[in-house]
Amino acid sequence: MSNEELLVHFQSRIDAEEKIEAKDWMPEEYRRTLIRQISQHAHSEVVGMLPEGNWITRAPSLKRKSVLLAKIQDEAGHGLYLYGAAETLGVERDVLIDELHSGKAKYSSIFNYPAISWADMGAIGWLVDGAAIMNQVALCRTSYGPYARAMVRICKEESFHQRQGYDILLTLSRGSDEQIRMAQDALNRWWWPSLMMFGPNDSNSPHSAQSLMWKIKRFSNDELRQKFVDMTVPQAEILGLKIPDAKLKWNPDRGHYDFGEIDWVEFNNVVKGDGPCNKLRLEARIKAHEEGAWVREAALAYAEKRSRKIA
Amino acid sequence: MLKNDHEKSHKTNIMKNWPLFEIFIRSKNGLDHRHVGSLHAADAHMALENARDVYTRRQEGVSIWVVESKDITASDPSESGAFFEPAEDKIYRHPTFYELPEALKHM
Repeated sequence: MSNEELLVHFQSRIDAEEKIEAKDWMPEEYRRTLIRQISQHAHSEVVGMLPEGNWITRAPSLKRKSVLLAKIQDEAGHGLYLYGAAETLGVERDVLIDELHSGKAKYSSIFNYPAISWADMGAIGWLVDGAAIMNQVALCRTSYGPYARAMVRICKEESFHQRQGYDILLTLSRGSDEQIRMAQDALNRWWWPSLMMFGPNDSNSPHSAQSLMWKIKRFSNDELRQKFVDMTVPQAEILGLKIPDAKLKWNPDRGHYDFGEIDWVEFNNVVKGDGPCNKLRLEARIKAHEEGAWVREAALAYAEKRSRKIA
Repeated sequence: MLKNDHEKSHKTNIMKNWPLFEIFIRSKNGLDHRHVGSLHAADAHMALENARDVYTRRQEGVSIWVVESKDITASDPSESGAFFEPAEDKIYRHPTFYELPEALKHM
């Protein structure tokens, strides 16, 4: 088949909702887009452990500490599922890690914001994981089989992440005045960055059309963002907290909430690397990788020793 | 500087030396082992322990197989038309091929 025929055949498989598997023919751009998207997603899981890691030793009770540990351990696992899915496309793990550490690859900008109070663990679980789940549920039907399967597994595990976050805020919001203030402050700081997680507006998202045609993405950025807002507003009401957006209002004609404009200047700055914690996060990542080198070396030496014993 | 570069490439090599394993899990006795994903490990023993930590954190399994990915021989998807073609015209292998009297029971 000529390249053109292959392309037509490929698109017809996509249109028929067939999944594409690792060894199937695919356009190079489809492969590149997937490697970029899946590895960014994997990096986000890994970097996403950092803001929470700081709170393990500061969690207010043993229960909260166990829960937070379990959540962070899940995130390490989710990073692994995703690196695994990216590797099926023919890219090596160490190349992906190098790209993260050199700054060539991106990760979700949300993790460049600081987690300064315990209430932030609540807001991250509720809003950041909530927004991530919105994206990930849609990606369970993505056209690339290994990515879709990783997403199904992640979504199954992730719903507890959101619930434990909400549970933290629920407890605070029923506590003392100071605890209520803490919860409100966390919502104030995490609301807008959470909305940014869905990416630029559709009119400003040049790769979206191709990704939608290839069914890598199943919904546009704005569609998912609207869904998230609609879902989250009533949840904030149950907490008795106020979403920091003066323009937020139910629109009965649209059947959706209207909401204010995102600060796209801030969005672009954080994406470009000038967010509050970009440098800190990468440094922590590189440090962990380098200081863990001896563990990887020791594991290899031990494996060699064991194989000699067996032989 | 030189030493650093050497160390760096040394580390990279070690990463590369960790082989990839495919992981299969039996969720409960009576069911088949099923492919769940893959991971890198220094050897099969470590792959088993890591598979336990990654894929059975919520009691998803009672048994794990790990197989080095390079040891799997797979059919070629670009040849799958010809490869699976022999089964295509043998519809008489299915019970619905046979039209039998309505009165016939237990068959």
